[in-house]
Amino acid sequence: MSDLMLKAEAVHKSFGRLEVLKGVSLEVKTGEVMCMLGPSGSGKSTFLRCINHLEKIDAGRLWVDGSLVGYRQQGDKLHELRESEVAGERAQIGMVFQRFNLFPHMTALENVIEAPTHVLGVDKATAVAEGQALLERVGLADKVDVYPAQLSGGQQQRVAISRALAMKPKLMLFDEPTSALDPELVGDVLDAMRQLARDGMTMVVVTHEIGFAREAGDTLVFMDEGVIVESGPPREVLSNPRHDRTRAFLSKVL
Amino acid sequence: MRHWGRWVASVVVLVIAAVIVYSVVNNPRFQWGVVGDFLFDPRIVRGARVTLELTFLAMVIGIVLGVVLAVMRLSPNPLVVALSSFYIWFFRGTPVLVQILFWQFVGALYPKFSIGIPFGGPVFASVGANHLITTFVAGLLGLGLNEGAYMAEIVRAGILSVDEGQTEAAQSLGMRRILTLRRVVLPQAMRVIIPPTGNETISMLKTSSLVSVIALAELLYSAQLIYSQNFKTIPLLIVVAIWYLFFTTILSIGQYYLERYYARGTSREVRRQDFGRVMANAIRFRHP
Repeated sequence: MSDLMLKAEAVHKSFGRLEVLKGVSLEVKTGEVMCMLGPSGSGKSTFLRCINHLEKIDAGRLWVDGSLVGYRQQGDKLHELRESEVAGERAQIGMVFQRFNLFPHMTALENVIEAPTHVLGVDKATAVAEGQALLERVGLADKVDVYPAQLSGGQQQRVAISRALAMKPKLMLFDEPTSALDPELVGDVLDAMRQLARDGMTMVVVTHEIGFAREAGDTLVFMDEGVIVESGPPREVLSNPRHDRTRAFLSKVL
Repeated sequence: MRHWGRWVASVVVLVIAAVIVYSVVNNPRFQWGVVGDFLFDPRIVRGARVTLELTFLAMVIGIVLGVVLAVMRLSPNPLVVALSSFYIWFFRGTPVLVQILFWQFVGALYPKFSIGIPFGGPVFASVGANHLITTFVAGLLGLGLNEGAYMAEIVRAGILSVDEGQTEAAQSLGMRRILTLRRVVLPQAMRVIIPPTGNETISMLKTSSLVSVIALAELLYSAQLIYSQNFKTIPLLIVVAIWYLFFTTILSIGQYYLERYYARGTSREVRRQDFGRVMANAIRFRHP
């Protein structure tokens, strides 16, 4: 594993005429937690989705663990990877969605073991044992055989985190993981994420949870209108923002 | 008295029903005795079996084709999309009766089917059209290939009904397109696909009677053969109707249990009362 888990170089992305990312460059070291803050529409979620090629970037370069995301470089030219190769890259990157996106026709445990058994070819007994351990760790030992519809939002999101972790990813992406939750359920999900950060997982977290960014984050990036306005250690950025736009945003959310 | 309107309506309906039943039972022209004689006549039973076989096989062809065509239609490859769209346009755009007749007479266009190098190359094997396309095969092709076009649209609607987030979640776990479809999207699409497919099956059961035009002895044609000799037209049509009703009832019960199975994991389980709706479905006739 290289020292640098994620490297972005002048990443551009447009939807039709709307330019969402206008040259985003950043680096995340292995074992680091980077939190991304910014008003809605600032491009932070889009950037996150570019990291595992759910969105194709229009220009620039993205590397995860030293290899180019979604493309192969031959000379100056980039060739898009085949579907199987993209899938192979994604298998090593976990993603947690705002709306959980659990598979509703599978129980919590079935959700967790689906990809290990069908993508990695792990045998079922091993996958079940690992899946149960993962669910236990997020406090859902008694919910393994329950369908997502019977779980609270917070429980669903913790299942979703376990599902991503079951693939033993080297990088975890969180897309506003607590935004769809009732306030009293946010804590359990953040606890699970803090635990993960302590265990040394490399994480990129798009969030509005300033408290989480301050305690658990190594770096904080503030984005607005498709560019990084400022970045640095969370306490510094939060208590002493250098940029007007950061200050204006923080004054609204703090 | 509460609900007195219901009581009045019930009495009125009961009286009307009694009048109808009385007239049906006591009208000698229905010839219920003849109906009883022919209900389990070996020719009728054989015809009923052919109808079931035709329905089952045509639906298998239709469903398999439908899934393939729907997946093709949603493919990122434009050529594959065009192929699927053309198929649906063609087979949905011509009457199924014409398609059945066409397969019956395909021997006039291509008397022989051969495997070999095309454009005048050597031929490895060859078989006469009339040998390969029997009446049963012609009827089956006509019904099944047509059904495929309809099933494709049903399956496509089912696939589109599944939230985009499901595909994204599966992809983010490293699942490929076909695996995602098979494990994540199609099982969820089933809830949307099953009810109209049950409808299609019930409709197919009755549409299969169209193959009587190519003298394939399914249920209706078997009855026609009998009443063309003994002129007991009405009783034999009643026999046919009883068999069709029996089959559609069985199918509806099967559909009920299938729907219940695929509703698992959703808060909206198929309720017991829905059984009545399923039964109503069975009786509803649809013109081919």
